[in-house]
Amino acid sequence: MNATAKQPISMNISALPGATTREMLADQPMRMTISKLNFWYGPKQTLFDVTLGFAANHITAMIGPSGCGKSTLLRTLNRMYEAVSNARLEGEIQLDGQSILTQDVTQLRRRVGMVFQRPNPFPKSIFDNVAYGPRINGHNQPLAEVVESSLRRAALWEEVKDQLHKSAYELSGGQQQRLCIARALAVEPEVLLLDEPCSALDPISTAKIEELLVQLKELCTIVTVTHNMQQAARVSDFTAFLLTGVMVEYNPTPQLFTTPSDPRTEAYITGRFG
Amino acid sequence: MTARLRFRKLVSAVMLSLTGVCAFVAVSVLFFILGYLAFHGGRSLNWDFFTKLPTPVGEAGGGMANAIVGSAKLLLLASLVGVPIGFFGGIYLAEFGRRGAGFVVRYAADLLNGVPSIVIGIFAYALLVLPLKHFSTMAGAFALGVMMIPITLRSTEEFLRSVPRSLREGAMALGASKWRTIVTVIVPAAYRGILTAILLALARVAGETAPLLFTAFNNRFWSPGWRQPTASLPVMIFTYAVAPYDDWHRQAWAAGLVLLGLVLVVNIIARLVLARGISVPRA
Repeated sequence: MNATAKQPISMNISALPGATTREMLADQPMRMTISKLNFWYGPKQTLFDVTLGFAANHITAMIGPSGCGKSTLLRTLNRMYEAVSNARLEGEIQLDGQSILTQDVTQLRRRVGMVFQRPNPFPKSIFDNVAYGPRINGHNQPLAEVVESSLRRAALWEEVKDQLHKSAYELSGGQQQRLCIARALAVEPEVLLLDEPCSALDPISTAKIEELLVQLKELCTIVTVTHNMQQAARVSDFTAFLLTGVMVEYNPTPQLFTTPSDPRTEAYITGRFG
Repeated sequence: MTARLRFRKLVSAVMLSLTGVCAFVAVSVLFFILGYLAFHGGRSLNWDFFTKLPTPVGEAGGGMANAIVGSAKLLLLASLVGVPIGFFGGIYLAEFGRRGAGFVVRYAADLLNGVPSIVIGIFAYALLVLPLKHFSTMAGAFALGVMMIPITLRSTEEFLRSVPRSLREGAMALGASKWRTIVTVIVPAAYRGILTAILLALARVAGETAPLLFTAFNNRFWSPGWRQPTASLPVMIFTYAVAPYDDWHRQAWAAGLVLLGLVLVVNIIARLVLARGISVPRA
């Protein structure tokens, strides 16, 4: 890694160079914003002065080589990092203009849902998995309706409607991951975070989930982490490239992949490292 | 090269036979005990054994109905003491007490598990029998309950810890508080292991004699309530087996068989419970 990569880069979203494609970042209303974020695990700093925003009802992908901090960055957005005892964060993260760091964390996680790398259904029935969020958060609508609409949104309803009371573990890996998406959607989050949601899945299941994400941006703002550049190029509207905890480039996806403005981005997307 | 290969094959054959013989010995000891007990106990077991009180010395017949009921009462009350303390303590250890206080509790539980059962009997004697001036079901159950605490505690902790981290994260990411996560996801995911551990702890103390000798003591008659000395199967086996009467020896064999049957039934129930419901697949 060269020395400049370690230098923190301060990014001003409105001043991004070469924002010439149809959908420019600066024009987008932001659902979440991160400013001057620094992050430590114990003595080790893993994020350096990261500043970026997530455009409402769009898909933002975060790419970068293993250990670049993209998953850590994602986990700051719903404060999942707090489960690690020696994690420390400085900077500001806002959701709809309000700081998430001072909010009640359970309320925040209700608004910012998350899907993990490996499908993690609970050892319960398909129905109870989807109903879990509404049950613990209290819900006015009848549960059966919430479960059905969530499973429909996750494009799983037709496959499971006759076996709602079977164990979630009887589903295939791809179905389990869509079940986890349905479970997250059941609490109607404003933002959906996905941490490499397809890395444990086969290509057909991956294609289904990618298609699903594109449909879901009508409902919520999506932030996904991936180490699969083709996936980022296929589904996302904006892409952020991270390297050793520094955000190197953040641009509309077509632009980042065709005319990257930073030589390190170009080196990464053309496969010279990572 | 061939000499070396022959040597390896020899070592392999020797080790295989050695482990095989040891495994066979271990299993055959169990089957020998089972067979011997079934043979002697089965001969002496009849309906009277379950329904009648012990007869006076010299009079043949009679049964151990009071000891069977006594054992059941002791185990019930012991579970009420041991299971909640062990279960909730295990939750604390697994979820909250990762270091500091947790280390002390864990270490104390392991020590308690190693305390000879007769010492626990003396403890219950000093704590309950002396002040109340009476042997009682209560005191015996307390001693057995104390023995159940460390087993339940440590196995609850182990089973809770084995619940994958991804399930905790899944629940927390949906807005569940830590307590909510424990109650609605982690304990349900681990409950079958925990239940098995509780039943095994129960089976273990069901056969304990020493802690009952000077707490529940013994009784040749029915023991009403919880504050009277009571008969129990293990103590009856002990008393009858060392007595100089053939008829008593036969009854002791029968009691042994009943006790074993009791433990077996508990184990079968545990297995049946384990076969139902949804379990977390092993990674």
